[in-house]
Amino acid sequence: MSKIIKLILLLYFSFNFSYANEINTKVDQITKNLRCLICQGQSVYDSQSDFATSMKLVVKNKIDEGKKEQEIYDYLKNKYGEWIVYEPELNQNTILLWLIPLILFVFGGLLIIRKVSIK
Amino acid sequence: MSKNIKFLGLLLTLIIIFIILLKGLNVSKDYSNEKLKSKIDFSINAKKLFSDEIINISDLFDKNSPSVVNIWASWCAPCREEHQFLMKLQDMNINIIGINYKDSPKNAKNFLSLLGNPYSEIITDNDGTKSIEFGAIGVPETFIISGKTNEIIKKYIGPLTSEKLQEIKNLLKENV
Repeated sequence: MSKIIKLILLLYFSFNFSYANEINTKVDQITKNLRCLICQGQSVYDSQSDFATSMKLVVKNKIDEGKKEQEIYDYLKNKYGEWIVYEPELNQNTILLWLIPLILFVFGGLLIIRKVSIK
Repeated sequence: MSKNIKFLGLLLTLIIIFIILLKGLNVSKDYSNEKLKSKIDFSINAKKLFSDEIINISDLFDKNSPSVVNIWASWCAPCREEHQFLMKLQDMNINIIGINYKDSPKNAKNFLSLLGNPYSEIITDNDGTKSIEFGAIGVPETFIISGKTNEIIKKYIGPLTSEKLQEIKNLLKENV
């Protein structure tokens, strides 16, 4: 009987543990994409500054509230501007940034095809 | 002939790249959120510094006139410098709400008894999450917030100065 109770307790705590782990990995994943605004060059995930530690807590609280990743980014962009996330949005100012790799890829491909077909 | 076309093409690409980079030189690199006018979520709760009572922050704001919110800490040296300006604002009978950032209550109270208390009410922010709701990146920061729309009218990152004080006074007069 006591073995069964032990097993149940073990299972209960291991599930609890994995749930906490899941939240932590999600916090890590989101904070790696957030720029620490007072320690440039570092992400919120990397930094130990007051701002970054509070930010990690805010992200964790938002996940606990059931907020999705995109909702958290939108919430922070509203407060700190688009600069807070590392990945730039697709808009008028960043269209070249997003399109140039694609254009280069297509042109490069065309060049290779031409060279191969000439041979 | 084809050599000429190739040369012209190369020259044209170089010129285009040159123009793009040249234009990029003049793009301002100001990424501060000082000009952002975001809305504050008034539904958050916070603990008062003096009574330990937990309140909803919407109770602190005057619905009809703008309020000043100041984030400060006793350990922050620039806060000490700007304190005189907050005292001057208080003389004008303005609702100043203090957010005590990552501070010990004892030190915070000592700071106020030494330099005076300009705040109508002070809430504590032990983990820094409330300051993030206001879009702050550190201490000190000062906000003028409309009681009607919950929006930030003006934000000052860093300590107040006599010029900023004058600006705040003008803004408050305009927005009454």
